[in-house]
Amino acid sequence: MSAPENLPGIDNGLLRFLTCGSVDDGKSTLIGRLLFDTKTILADTLSAIERSSQRRGLTAVDLSLLTDGLQAEREQGITIDVAYRYFSTGTRKYIIADAPGHEQYTRNMVTAASTANLAIILVDARKGVQTQTRRHSYLAHLVGIPHLVVAVNKMDLVDYDQASFERIRADYLAFAAQLGIPDVRFIPMSALNGDMVVERGARLAWYTGPTLLEILESAPAAHTERPENFRFPVQYVCRPQESANPALHDFRGFMGRVESGEIAVGDAVTVLPSGRTSTVREIRVGDASLPCAIHEQSVTLLLTDEIDVSRGDMIVKTSEQPQATKQVEATLCWLSETPLSTARTYLLRHTTREVKAKVAAIEYRLDVNTLAHGPAAALEMNDIARVALKLAQPVFADRYAENRATGAFILIDESTNNTVGAGMIR
Amino acid sequence: MSTLTRQTLSHLDWLEAEAIHILREVAGQCANPVLLFSGGKDSICLLRLAEKAFRPGRFPFPLMHIDTGHNYPEVVAFRDQRAAELGERLIVRSLEDSIARGTIVLKSPLESRNKHQSVTLLEAIEEFGFDACIGGARRDEEKARAKERIMSFRDEFGQWDPKNQRPELWNLFNARTHKGENIRAFPISNWTELDVWQYIERENLELPSIYFAHTRPVVRKNGLLQPVTELTPARPGDVVEEVRVRFRTVGDISCTAPVESDADSVAKILLETATTTITERGATRMDDQTSEASMEQRKKEGYF
Repeated sequence: MSAPENLPGIDNGLLRFLTCGSVDDGKSTLIGRLLFDTKTILADTLSAIERSSQRRGLTAVDLSLLTDGLQAEREQGITIDVAYRYFSTGTRKYIIADAPGHEQYTRNMVTAASTANLAIILVDARKGVQTQTRRHSYLAHLVGIPHLVVAVNKMDLVDYDQASFERIRADYLAFAAQLGIPDVRFIPMSALNGDMVVERGARLAWYTGPTLLEILESAPAAHTERPENFRFPVQYVCRPQESANPALHDFRGFMGRVESGEIAVGDAVTVLPSGRTSTVREIRVGDASLPCAIHEQSVTLLLTDEIDVSRGDMIVKTSEQPQATKQVEATLCWLSETPLSTARTYLLRHTTREVKAKVAAIEYRLDVNTLAHGPAAALEMNDIARVALKLAQPVFADRYAENRATGAFILIDESTNNTVGAGMIR
Repeated sequence: MSTLTRQTLSHLDWLEAEAIHILREVAGQCANPVLLFSGGKDSICLLRLAEKAFRPGRFPFPLMHIDTGHNYPEVVAFRDQRAAELGERLIVRSLEDSIARGTIVLKSPLESRNKHQSVTLLEAIEEFGFDACIGGARRDEEKARAKERIMSFRDEFGQWDPKNQRPELWNLFNARTHKGENIRAFPISNWTELDVWQYIERENLELPSIYFAHTRPVVRKNGLLQPVTELTPARPGDVVEEVRVRFRTVGDISCTAPVESDADSVAKILLETATTTITERGATRMDDQTSEASMEQRKKEGYF
């Protein structure tokens, strides 16, 4: 952020994206390059990296050192946990979720992918499509990231050879078709030299497509590509009865975030699970009133009727109701060192609602490298499986493929309160 | 019929909405939360976000300041004034009390008290039985923070275990604790320093005066400007200069340095922030320069 033009003027909102690749694909170098060329890395950070690079006996500044946050990571020279990085171009703000590439970190990749709308998958131009490329692509697709960018990196090491790039593209497309991944774009690049990241460079003249940053700048924001139903899980109910202000005596505000869709004053709504109907009387943020609210906006809804509503309820448009269900088919990623037990009861968090749940059946476990299905009696950390769950009370769910907010849930182990599973409803 | 909304929130609106959502999750999930308010710019933003989240109701948590006794008087006065304007309860717990109790032992009377705040914070958490502390930390501040969860679990000794954090997926935050444990919740995790200043400008938020350019005696040391105060007097041989400065962060006097600046308005600070070449902590924190891992170490010991 060292140019005045980086002060956001035209605000193209915010894009969250994921970078995935393995240790040697140059992922950290790519992130370093993005931050460096958008002038986000500041002088003292750079000098700290210079010192570390020298200490490790490196001759050039290693931009990848930017992304190693924890002591253990620096000691082992690997990335253990998801790191979040930020940069802004002046028109858009970006949140990068940087996920480690190793197989044992599937859970981190799923975590990082859960909030991303675009994924950059790094491929080493010398090595082409690898097992881990497939794994990363599959996971990104599974977690519902709509846009994939395959960055064929290290083009400098194959003499910027177009045929190498085309070969990798053909290989990848064949495999993407198997998975049903619809939108993939390919860029040849050298993150090390900065070609096709922010600047075009002079060595890839045969490539006429957009740079990586141009793709990021024009990528559609979440929630803008297809129609969505209005979903408003209630987080908190505001009843300031003790107030001296008589106007507030009957104030009942239902506070939450519009997870999807939009709502306007006058819309007919239904409250779940009670099924009571009413009309939106007012939409507020703090003391201000709004005529309508859109996806991702945190607001307070006031209804025309006095209805009992509490945290865990969901307000929806009467014309767009989700399924109330106590039986859920889901893809489950197991996140805990303690294996999943079908004998145990877990707490399932879906939006703001918590219900007791049991995994009634593990239908199959998926091998994320071969995509083969196999039987499983329990699930270990990083396993992904198709499961059937039984719930003690209903949740108001959409299919994950249609709505990432109301199709997702987590499982919590009440003995430790740890988050142990991440599920996507089929 | 569902409809297609192509409209999206501006980046500040998005960050605001996310922070409000997080504050409401803390209120909805935790029995006895507290918001840590220091009078600094990040926690000033938190208060505005709490107003947007909970008004016309009262905040579902008190405010608390861990007072090192080494704060600039302008900031302490601002803290009290802001809490009074909001009509919310302010708890102040002081390092002096921990020192008197013998739970903080200083190596020297003028030592930086910054890292000792953890002791008083943990004592206050125990005294009031808080199960969540809302703080204004941001992931762009420091690299250990970049890996911390928005709802960050601390065990009964207040420790952060960076290698064993709860996975945090979608916006399904897990703030559950057993008795004695607590959550540190960071609603503005995804904000940068520039975002904070843009929000201050947009919301027209009042700040303590030392954030704006003023003239102050300083000594140049190790590339930082060290303010000359009663706590940090000039030593023999020091060259004391009157310099036009502002603070980018307002922490403990003994470890917070101002930067040279003529920016006397939020608009001018914004321009400087957008064109700066040194990170916020790098320019201003004497305590983070000791080692690459000093923030991580402090957090493991219960720091904010």
